[in-house]
Amino acid sequence: MTPALTGADIRGRHLRRRQARDRLMRALLWCSALAAVTPLLLLLMFVVREGLPAFRPSLFTEVPRPLGESGGGVKPAVVGSLIMVGLGTFIGVPIAILAGVYAREYAGSRLATVIRFLIDVLAGVPSITIGLFVYGLLVAPMHTFSGLAGAVALAILIVPTVARVTDEMLALVPRSVREAAYALGVPRWKTIARVVLPSAKVGIATGVVLGVARIAGETAPLLFTALGNRTVSTSLVRPMDALPLRIYVYATGPYRSWHQQAWAASLLLVLLVLGFSLITRLLLRRRAPGPD
Amino acid sequence: MTAAPYEPGRVRALLARRRPGFGEPIFRIVVLLAALTVLATIIGLVVTMTVESRRGIAHNGWSFLWTSTWDQVRQVFGALPFVYGTVMTSVTALALAMLVGVGVALFLVELAPAWVARPVGFMVEMLAAIPSVVFGLWGIFILAPWLQQHVELPLHQRLGWLPFFSTYPTTAVGNFAAIVVLAIMVLPTVAAVSRDVIAAVPRSQREAALALGATRWEMMRLGVLPYARSGILGAGILGLARGVGETMAVTMVIGNSPTITLSLFKQGYTMASVIANEFTEATTALYRSTLIEIGLLLLVITLLINVGARLLVWRVTGGQPSGGALQ
Repeated sequence: MTPALTGADIRGRHLRRRQARDRLMRALLWCSALAAVTPLLLLLMFVVREGLPAFRPSLFTEVPRPLGESGGGVKPAVVGSLIMVGLGTFIGVPIAILAGVYAREYAGSRLATVIRFLIDVLAGVPSITIGLFVYGLLVAPMHTFSGLAGAVALAILIVPTVARVTDEMLALVPRSVREAAYALGVPRWKTIARVVLPSAKVGIATGVVLGVARIAGETAPLLFTALGNRTVSTSLVRPMDALPLRIYVYATGPYRSWHQQAWAASLLLVLLVLGFSLITRLLLRRRAPGPD
Repeated sequence: MTAAPYEPGRVRALLARRRPGFGEPIFRIVVLLAALTVLATIIGLVVTMTVESRRGIAHNGWSFLWTSTWDQVRQVFGALPFVYGTVMTSVTALALAMLVGVGVALFLVELAPAWVARPVGFMVEMLAAIPSVVFGLWGIFILAPWLQQHVELPLHQRLGWLPFFSTYPTTAVGNFAAIVVLAIMVLPTVAAVSRDVIAAVPRSQREAALALGATRWEMMRLGVLPYARSGILGAGILGLARGVGETMAVTMVIGNSPTITLSLFKQGYTMASVIANEFTEATTALYRSTLIEIGLLLLVITLLINVGARLLVWRVTGGQPSGGALQ
């Protein structure tokens, strides 16, 4: 429909009707913003309310007690999460940064376009199928669920996040910086490695932080790789626990004390995610614009 | 931040150590290898899952796609209830999320003053960062019981003659709870991509509409939305892909019962949740292989949806990656 904006229309009832509709739609847009933020506020409120009672140091330093006994903690999950997230980050981040460098710095070549597209595609692969993939890749051949398999699944999951951010951040480095290096005779690869990448390092760091926050909360890819473990295990070739796995088991279990610990562990995860997001905000805000 | 890395002293040091040689090709090969790792991962994903599911594919045949018996004891497997559950929950959830998500995107770009836009944008991004399992926990204990009492019961009492609301909501968990949780979870995707697309609409579109005397809303409807239409469609499809692949929260609130029903208040099942729920309990190789076959089906569906959506969004934003967490 096209607006019939003749002179007569601009006066009188027609105009008032249009303005009323304008006010109504603006009000609806405000409402949709409200509807979008309400779930987050409610979720945070309940996680804090339900999680706080069991949110004690012992939750993170004690192993689960036998059924029927109250108390105990989720130490195996904390240890396992630290190991698997750490190892997954260690494996995934270098690959992701280099792949992001390729996608941006060799942009224009057909392969670079394909790679950028594949990074986006990998970001959209359901995390549960990553779990099945690593099951076929590592768990089935090794005949055991393992922390290593969990870490590899998490490594695959962190790649698209970090690669994409690297790509975006390299695009923000001013051309003049590159050109200055070229003008001095610095070869292209050294320009990238020693000049362009360092200029973008804060931005890339925010991507890594976001990626770590994401994989720390992943459950689905760990179900058939790390499996879970009720005792503290640091062996990479044995089943390993993780916080999200423990939350899943406890939340779907029948015991009140399990539910309380699930809420408390969720509070920890949410604080982690919130904290990391705030860190990235601060990092990005503090970033000084490079001299042109 | 530390001193700029390209200050003269550093550059001179770089030049002093400069020698012609293998640096360039080695660097190129290293980054190329990393890039190829991404390619290899996707190929490996498809190949591994095909190989792992070949036993199931051979046993179940094509009728796997349209039969609905799921009996691991007699080893008769049909995936239809899961495909139906996945499509039904994610499409309905997407419809809800699009209503709110496009609204939020318009609000952020066109309407909100900066002091409102910044926190609202941040909170919508935070919603994307909350782990799925936490949504599930909140869904089981808080959201689903509340929905049952305050939404499902009234709907059943007033509109019970509609097939969607015909079942008495005996349990809190079920399709309806899953749809609401999913809608909340795909909202950030829809909102973030729509916002990027709407922000990419040229200023001249808006100025032209305003110059003709359009109100703010008319400007959005006539100047902005038609221009952003295909990109918003892409945002919807990306949201759909996210919803289709969503596992933990849905598994926890959908009830896990393989029934095909129009009723929103019955329990259901999805492809992702049947894998999550039954894989570690699958005792026979055939059963396990069949679950991987469902995973393969899920993978193919999400890949198709994703590729379509990316192509749409790329066309609008000109090849820039979109929908990332950063503004």
